[in-house]
Amino acid sequence: MQAALTATGLVCRRGDRLLWGPLDLAVRPGQALHLTGPNGIGKTSMLRIAAGLLRPMAGQVERDGSFALLDGAVALDEQQALGTALAFWQRLDPAAMPLERLGLDQLLDVPVRYLSTGQRKRAGLARLIGQGARHWLLDEPLNALDDAGVALVEALIAERQAAGGAVIVASHQPIRLCDAAVLDLRTHAA
Amino acid sequence: MRVLMALLRRDLARLLPGRQGGTLLPLLFFLGVAMLYPFAVGPDPVLLARTGGGVIWVAALLAAILPLDRLLANDFADGFFDQWAMRGIAEEVVVATRWLAHWLSFGPPLMLAALPAAALLGLEARTLAVVELGLLAGTPGLAAIGIIIAALTLGLRSGGMALAGLLLIPLAVPLLVFGAGALSTGGSSGVALCGSISLALVALAPFAGGAAIRAAREA
Repeated sequence: MQAALTATGLVCRRGDRLLWGPLDLAVRPGQALHLTGPNGIGKTSMLRIAAGLLRPMAGQVERDGSFALLDGAVALDEQQALGTALAFWQRLDPAAMPLERLGLDQLLDVPVRYLSTGQRKRAGLARLIGQGARHWLLDEPLNALDDAGVALVEALIAERQAAGGAVIVASHQPIRLCDAAVLDLRTHAA
Repeated sequence: MRVLMALLRRDLARLLPGRQGGTLLPLLFFLGVAMLYPFAVGPDPVLLARTGGGVIWVAALLAAILPLDRLLANDFADGFFDQWAMRGIAEEVVVATRWLAHWLSFGPPLMLAALPAAALLGLEARTLAVVELGLLAGTPGLAAIGIIIAALTLGLRSGGMALAGLLLIPLAVPLLVFGAGALSTGGSSGVALCGSISLALVALAPFAGGAAIRAAREA
């Protein structure tokens, strides 16, 4: 089966500091990959390279299928009500957002800037699911979420895997993933 | 097309003066200059009529600087450009629609505001017509310069706004020379040259802006 994401000889540099590499990686559809390592090791850079937003210093990345990214930037208009802000993405994206399941259905008329950190994370998840991409790249998806939120994210990831998607999660928190490989970037640190 | 409409709709909602973020400030600034000028140089109608067209041009140019800081920086920081890239929407497309929204939010309003400004400065109808034609030809180019500068200054953490203003002034000189120059020659050739510079800038802006956004992402 063709891998969702194949990386060969990746080297990552931020500024004039070599972070990690060279690193080879293959993630199958249906598989999860847990990126771990201390702050500043380059987990976010790894995700952005996987997303194609950042060019690695060396090496290649091949992607098969569509990818969606959830990171610290929620990409919703702060001034607008949550419902209006999500509606913008809904006009671009094909899939429906499970607002009730994410606990957002009561918050649709609240301006995005008044949402708590955890609620913003949930709104980001709605945008992620709405994109309808096959594979997910998640940067610290558990930050600021309560216990129910953590369980919800774990369930959503499992569902994406069951639907044939690959999921790469960068997180320094423990997260329950099925069919998961763990990549500790410390072992590849330069 | 659906993507373009969705982007344009959001851009217009954010940039047009109104409830949501958009501001009347450039317009009020423009009118303020036209109001202050007669106080500063005195109420001599001959002098005002001769120099008023040029003042309107300078005021329009400076008013174009005011919206620059909110043009791209917020969307860049909030991750919008990353999300558009994940959906395969090119930066060039986003910049082109943003240019259109930016121009619509200050070009036509300034042309409207030029009517009361012309009355304040006592311009003749013929001069006013040249001013309006010149603004129609020149403001798309001003908007294009503005969006290129907004994209180029994305990577800067602070002071980007002041720098954007400083950068716009020399780049806008050709537009000013031909646009305002048409007032003294009275011919249409100045307006035509101003329009051609505008068109070249508008054609360039999406590509220069797109490249600048990608470069800022790598920084």
